[in-house]
Amino acid sequence: MSSDPSVEAPREDEAASPDDAAAAPTAGPGGSLASNFLHNLWSANTVVVTIWSIVLAMVIGAVLIVVSDSDVLAMFGYFTARPSDALTGSWDLISGAYADLFKGAVFDPATMSAWLHGTGSWRAAFAPISETLTYAAPLVFTGLSVALAFRGGLFNIGGQGQAVIGTITGAVAGFAFGLPVVLNLVVALICGALGGALWGFIPGILKARTGAHEVIVTIMLNNTAALFLTWLILQDGVQDPKRTDAISKTVAESAQLPSFGGALRVNLGIVLAVAVTAGVAWLLNRSSFGFELRAVGANPAAARTAGISVARTYTLLMVVAGGLAGLGGATQVLGTAYALTPAVAGNIGFDGLLVALLGRNRPWGTLLAAILFGALRAGGNRMQSFSGISLELVTVLQALIVIFIAAPALVKAIFQLRAARTARIGATMTKGW
Amino acid sequence: MRPVRGKRIVAILAAGGLTLAAAACGDAPDESPSGGGASAAPAYSACMVTDTGGIDDRSFNASAWAGMQAAADDQDNVKPKYVASTAEADYEPNLRQFVNQKCDFILAVGGLMATATEKVAKANPDQQFAIVDGAIQGAGNVYPMQFATEQAAFLAGYLAAGYTKTGTVATYGGLSIPPVTVFMDGFVDGVAYYNKQKSKSVKVLGWDKAKQNGTFADNFGDQNKGKSITNTFVAQGADVVMPVAGGTGLGTADVAKASGGKVSVIWVDQDGCKSAEQYCDVFLTTVVKNINEAVKEAVVNGASGQPLAADPGYVGTLENNGVSLAPYNQFDGKVDAGLKGEVDKLKQDIIDGTVKVESANAPK
Repeated sequence: MSSDPSVEAPREDEAASPDDAAAAPTAGPGGSLASNFLHNLWSANTVVVTIWSIVLAMVIGAVLIVVSDSDVLAMFGYFTARPSDALTGSWDLISGAYADLFKGAVFDPATMSAWLHGTGSWRAAFAPISETLTYAAPLVFTGLSVALAFRGGLFNIGGQGQAVIGTITGAVAGFAFGLPVVLNLVVALICGALGGALWGFIPGILKARTGAHEVIVTIMLNNTAALFLTWLILQDGVQDPKRTDAISKTVAESAQLPSFGGALRVNLGIVLAVAVTAGVAWLLNRSSFGFELRAVGANPAAARTAGISVARTYTLLMVVAGGLAGLGGATQVLGTAYALTPAVAGNIGFDGLLVALLGRNRPWGTLLAAILFGALRAGGNRMQSFSGISLELVTVLQALIVIFIAAPALVKAIFQLRAARTARIGATMTKGW
Repeated sequence: MRPVRGKRIVAILAAGGLTLAAAACGDAPDESPSGGGASAAPAYSACMVTDTGGIDDRSFNASAWAGMQAAADDQDNVKPKYVASTAEADYEPNLRQFVNQKCDFILAVGGLMATATEKVAKANPDQQFAIVDGAIQGAGNVYPMQFATEQAAFLAGYLAAGYTKTGTVATYGGLSIPPVTVFMDGFVDGVAYYNKQKSKSVKVLGWDKAKQNGTFADNFGDQNKGKSITNTFVAQGADVVMPVAGGTGLGTADVAKASGGKVSVIWVDQDGCKSAEQYCDVFLTTVVKNINEAVKEAVVNGASGQPLAADPGYVGTLENNGVSLAPYNQFDGKVDAGLKGEVDKLKQDIIDGTVKVESANAPK
């Protein structure tokens, strides 16, 4: 974790500014590490605001849990007569729900100790974290797709469509070619990326050549991709010949992302996701294309004056962004679904928007945000199953976190955070249209 | 500025607190422990995983859940619960969570869950599963429940052809997927059978069975889309329309209602006079898929210790009332008695096998 630049970066900002620390009244001159930490805890930098946003979302979530439970709500009806009922009832409910969220997402002490005492299997012990990473992997790709485009000044709403095309090309390559082991998987992944890249190229070239707004074009292409998928599944050669409902042939085993099998669904996709995150970070911060796209994103007119081809950058950027989302779709179909169905891509493209926003459009931040979203989904499944709390609560939690992130002034006001030196925090979503 | 705002907040909190306090003045109930735990049969937990439609889809998830609840009303020891899936990636973990909770009966709703169910069922051979609208080859612990919907839709087609005044009837779907098109296949064949028997030429708009091509709303919830499709059909002369499109079909019912009795609707899945009462006066009949009865029966049988044999499982047909035509309800007086008799006879012929109904979209 400590090597993670997105977490480290803001702290470095603070640490590298001795005059800022000295100017602040609470931190004494030459404040120790601890006081510096406390100082930063209440200043409105990106990490702190993110953490408080999550806390705030969970508090509101707790209220919603209580309000939606009629039994506990009934106890509040006689709160003045015997407050202990309502309080313990609410506490049991909330703590049970969030404990299940944790047990479903990270680890369950019961299965963990069963494994350590030799009565349970290691598979059961690692199943929760496996679920988290399984849900996170496709979101990393779609999140990176949105984040990268955003840094270049483009709002890629088309992650969903690009991911859908990625699932199609990835899956078709996976069951049609019959290549040998390893090669089959590599080809299927590349096909997934190429499919998404093609779907990103269309809005890119239209934006570059005609100025057609990428938001409109990508939204339309989302619908096109979804309907193309439902049509394609039922065609001969694609549909599973043993089935009459809308499901395609299964991807060849050699083209499936290797996993542990059984309850451990986590697969090579998450490893790939980390590698691609590193690649995108390099592309963005170290390569000349990354420099160009950041220049175009910051000010297209200035970039053009400086001799950067804005049209070329837009097109290439959308191709790369589309390719990333397509890879996300391919990960989904080659990693967990193994066959095309009308809703095979789920909501990964749109969730990618939220993930990118939460990760503040930075590659490593996006990775962490995707893992958080994956954890919420995985934990939410258990919370729904064991505590009987609707999975919609997880969606509400995700939305609340993003709302607070998008409105840092609100979090600042609620927790009375001091203004941070950097102005970066408010700049996440100020552009877009 | 500051203090004023602070006072305002205090005032709001105080007012809110007083309101809540007033609402919280009820009497505490007596703390007598409820004397449960003496039930005769051991508890039978019936757990259901919905598909991505969710629990209140007014279609098969809702029907299956209604069946679970009916089973609980019938047998005291049945304890039903469900989880909703919001994405297809949720199917497998949701099924596994129920295995971990040691449910006695795990129901997967929808054929698209077959792959996940197969995987989890084979890994847990002692666990009883069941699946609606699907079947799993070679898994003895999965009880399949399937429906020969085309048989009931065939009757509906015959009825529509006999009832139409204009000689044109129509159907459309939500999406071009087999669970939808199987209705349309049966409907078209029913009309064709009528034409053959009576040497008439009633036309069907919206579906070409041979080409498997027709009109679709691409949606299960957009009433306006349903309206515009229906208006087009009506302009082409159709006066009986069968929408197979969930909530989109309500747009059709709306058009029929506005037509003042000229256009009537054949509803699907659950009797329209119960699932969409406000439009009861336009529903000629409903092509019913009795998912709730099938689920109820399976759960009750399971709870009373009878084995649920995976082979042959359950296939809902006209014969066992797993699929049927709903009562004519308000159209009872409008449908000619001769036609009613013919429909009843046709039903018997299908049951006896003298009339064969086939559809490429029917479950295999």
